[in-house]
Amino acid sequence: MELLVASAIGVLTAGGVYLILRLRAFPVILGLSLLSYAVNIFLVSTGRLAINAPPILNKYADVSYTDPLPQALVLTAIVISFGMTAVLVMFTLGAYLEAGDDTIDMTATEEKDDAA
Amino acid sequence: MTTQSSLLPIIALLPFLGALVPGIMIRAGRTATATFTAVPTVLALVMLGTLAPGVMEGTVYTMSIPWLPQLGLEAAFFLDGLGLMFACMILGVGLLITLYARYYLSGEDPAGQFYTYLLLFQGAMLGIVISDNILLLLIFWELTSLSSFLLIGYWKHLPEGRQGARMALTVTGAGGLAMIGGMLILGNIAGSYNLTDILAAGDAIKASDWYTPAVILILLGAFTKSAQFPFHFWLPHAMAAPTPVSAYLHSATMVKAGVFLMARMWPALSGTELWFYAVATTGLVTMVMAAVIALFKDDLKGLLAFSTVSHLGLLTMLLGFGTEAAAIAAVFHILNHLTFKAALFMTAGIIDHEAHTRDIKRLGGLAKLMPITAVIGTVAALSMAGIPLFNGFLSKEMMLEEASHTYWWENPWIVPALATFGALFSVAYSLRFIFHVFGGPVRDDYPHKPHDPPAGMWLSPAFLCVFVVLIGVAPFLAEDVVNMAATAVTGHETHAHLKIWHGVTPALYMSMAAVAGGAVLLLLHRPLDAAWIKAGPFYAKSAFDAVIAGCVRLSRGISDTLHDGSISRYLAIFTAATVTVGYVAFLRGEIAPATREMLPIPPVVAVGWVLLVCATAVIVLQHHMRYRALVVLGVIGLMISAGFIYISAPDLALTQISVETVTIMLLLLALHFLPKTTPQENSAGRRALDGLVAVAAGVGVAALSFAFMTRDFSSISDFHLANSYKGGGGTNVVNVILVDFRGYDTYGEIIVLGIAGLVIFALMEALLSGPAGARLRNSGYNFDRSHDRHPLMMVIATRVMMPIALMVGVYIFLRGHNQPGGGFVAGLVFSIALLMQYMASGFGWTSRRQQFEYHAMIGWGVVIAGLTGMGAWLSGTPFLTSAFGYVHLPPIEEFELATAALFDLGVFLCVLGAVMLMLYSLSRMARHAGETVNTEPMDYDPSRPRKMVEKGKA
Repeated sequence: MELLVASAIGVLTAGGVYLILRLRAFPVILGLSLLSYAVNIFLVSTGRLAINAPPILNKYADVSYTDPLPQALVLTAIVISFGMTAVLVMFTLGAYLEAGDDTIDMTATEEKDDAA
Repeated sequence: MTTQSSLLPIIALLPFLGALVPGIMIRAGRTATATFTAVPTVLALVMLGTLAPGVMEGTVYTMSIPWLPQLGLEAAFFLDGLGLMFACMILGVGLLITLYARYYLSGEDPAGQFYTYLLLFQGAMLGIVISDNILLLLIFWELTSLSSFLLIGYWKHLPEGRQGARMALTVTGAGGLAMIGGMLILGNIAGSYNLTDILAAGDAIKASDWYTPAVILILLGAFTKSAQFPFHFWLPHAMAAPTPVSAYLHSATMVKAGVFLMARMWPALSGTELWFYAVATTGLVTMVMAAVIALFKDDLKGLLAFSTVSHLGLLTMLLGFGTEAAAIAAVFHILNHLTFKAALFMTAGIIDHEAHTRDIKRLGGLAKLMPITAVIGTVAALSMAGIPLFNGFLSKEMMLEEASHTYWWENPWIVPALATFGALFSVAYSLRFIFHVFGGPVRDDYPHKPHDPPAGMWLSPAFLCVFVVLIGVAPFLAEDVVNMAATAVTGHETHAHLKIWHGVTPALYMSMAAVAGGAVLLLLHRPLDAAWIKAGPFYAKSAFDAVIAGCVRLSRGISDTLHDGSISRYLAIFTAATVTVGYVAFLRGEIAPATREMLPIPPVVAVGWVLLVCATAVIVLQHHMRYRALVVLGVIGLMISAGFIYISAPDLALTQISVETVTIMLLLLALHFLPKTTPQENSAGRRALDGLVAVAAGVGVAALSFAFMTRDFSSISDFHLANSYKGGGGTNVVNVILVDFRGYDTYGEIIVLGIAGLVIFALMEALLSGPAGARLRNSGYNFDRSHDRHPLMMVIATRVMMPIALMVGVYIFLRGHNQPGGGFVAGLVFSIALLMQYMASGFGWTSRRQQFEYHAMIGWGVVIAGLTGMGAWLSGTPFLTSAFGYVHLPPIEEFELATAALFDLGVFLCVLGAVMLMLYSLSRMARHAGETVNTEPMDYDPSRPRKMVEKGKA
């Protein structure tokens, strides 16, 4: 089980890194989404895996619980990463509409304009 | 004997507070601003006056206020003889300059600005001389660099002013940086940053291994500030400043800061070979070189600038000798140089002001036209030359006396010979100042007919000249002051006896030689000058400019190489570097053996894993087809949600699946306006390289997380589990952590989310009103699509589902404290329910029925959460402490009421508002592009002709 989770994190990370190295904004957004999946699972996994032990207190029986802290952190991280994706999407749209394409690198002329 | 005095911090602060006034009353005119500039100066002088008698008797006044004790930084001040002498000089000359500048500045110059800068500088300089803490001293030191930059560049319209200001800031600022290093070392050796402790630890400092670097770094600071060779070149260029500035900063105060520092550190640092050879040699070389150059300067202020450099060299040399007598001579000369040089600068300013030129070759004969100025200038210049009965003679004799028995590398004559040589040139340029400016016949080709200025202008230099003559004739008058300061410098009581006639000594012969030789040099000035010009002297400015240009080229080269505008390149470098660091750490460290048993793999999980891996592979390989990649992204999200359920994280599963839905909707909306495919732009090699980086990163992260999961750990979570119900009143520990234990974090996070929503709204607003909006309007709406925009089935289905979906949301919200759910998830569920209406029934129809402002929702969310947190103050507990109780109303079961639920309501509102605002902004774009807004939910009637439906751009 641990092996599956670890390898899934690895695959998502590799895919995410490959995609953020592309030249267009859309694959970069996809890549960032993959990376946030990977990071979120990674953070949850730092609480170690446990099955059938949700951190919901049981009043009637003495049972074990998984670590709730990483879960709380990841919960907000999921929502925040959505916000970040939305802002990026908006940048992409703006850049596309202003410049006519969605490349993320500056061209030589753009850089010159920037310096001037 | 030390005494506390609370006056010291007030004295230090006064100029800074006073600096505000002239700046504010910039329109009030020169007289008013000058008056208000004088007020803080006079006040500070009076306060010093009350302390002066005590200091004369040997009392040291101190005052210390803790500032950043962790850094060893204290607002500590102390006043001893040396500090008092300098403070009086700074304030006294400051007062004279204030008066002088009132008449020097023209009505068009912004006088308020000038006086503000002047007071800033005065405060900084005063701070240097009365600081007890060397870190505080460094702060004031840098402030003098900055304020002098402002003063030198005061005439912003003059390119020389701007260049001179930049050069001065570069040189003195660089020196200041070196000095910071030196001071930190010094503080480290002495174990304290307080000057009094450092001065007492002189022997330990000299014995330390770090003595050499400390001395070199501190001297770099002092030499750059006091314009010592080879850093002397900034001072002549700083002469582009208005003359009052030159007189104040570049003769009397700032350039003396380096000398002051050497005098201050004298007991701690001097007396070693290194000190002697570094300081005395630099001083000697500077003195001679600058004196020679000064003779050939035609610009009055240029002549005075090099003469100042030369005299600063003289002072440096005296301090470098390391003997007590030399220190006394140095202190005395500081005083004398102040009086005659400031007077000379002001004289030069008067001449410039009246004749409209400072070129000595265009002047001459001014004695007849401006007799008062001529008397002042002559008296001061004779003192500079070292003629008896003027004060310059006394200290110069003392200098020559010290030089006459100083051995340099076991050579007895080199120092006295060079000192005499320097003195000779000093006489020559002083006499040139007198004879070529005031002497000779009256000319008829001055740019402006000169005459004596108003009294306000010559009073200041005249006042200084009184001292020149008074001390020159009756030197014993200055004895007390010199002894007071010299005692402070050397650390033990000195008994200097200042007198004019010392008998026939070597110094007398040297002096006579200098005067005679100087007179001869002046007579030979014309042929010598021609030869000098022919030889084409070396200009340090060109070297400085070359160095600066080199630095600029270098940094531009580096940043252009590293920062070439390619984001993918930075990302690649960043990822590769991070991965490398990780691998290095992994290979060099040790890893504990695995302690946890691995869990078994049920088949259903394996299937999920395969789906996830395949989906990722499809995205990576097929990301060019954007729709396809987006759909497959949803698969990954679903698998992860399912996985969260399996590994006991139900809250995360709920959140993930609702976020996934919203994200896909958002990306679909965005893709509507973006190209639908990604072109293949990378070479195969580049892709292989990227793939390598990606795989390395993936393997590294996988290994790391595997190592994590197979090892046991200790966590603080037991506390949360134990206190969740008892302290927080909820059984869902994750939710209790969010709204209670870590409520502060959550509060910050909802604010961030709200800001993200507002940012998107604002961006869209700016975008649509700019050129992008115009492009969007002209893009031509694509009619080639289904006309059934709002299919009947979907409209009906979503309307039926709406109440159910909202109910689910409410349910999830209410159970959140005890079961999986809560404000975050409920907010997302609500937004999905609303979004479905927008999608199914259309924008116009929905927004007419949806009356809430999303901005306000974000605002209310933050306000409610914040108020709930503040409510805790009422019961005297810290921010966001939650309270809860159980209520029993007869018809229903007992239930719990918790303030945490109110906080969660804030979270809910904020999430809902932010998500809706984001998607709302995107859909506004569609309308901008010409998409029609339906008035009816089902506005497609197949029986109507097509044109009726498509209003398009019409």
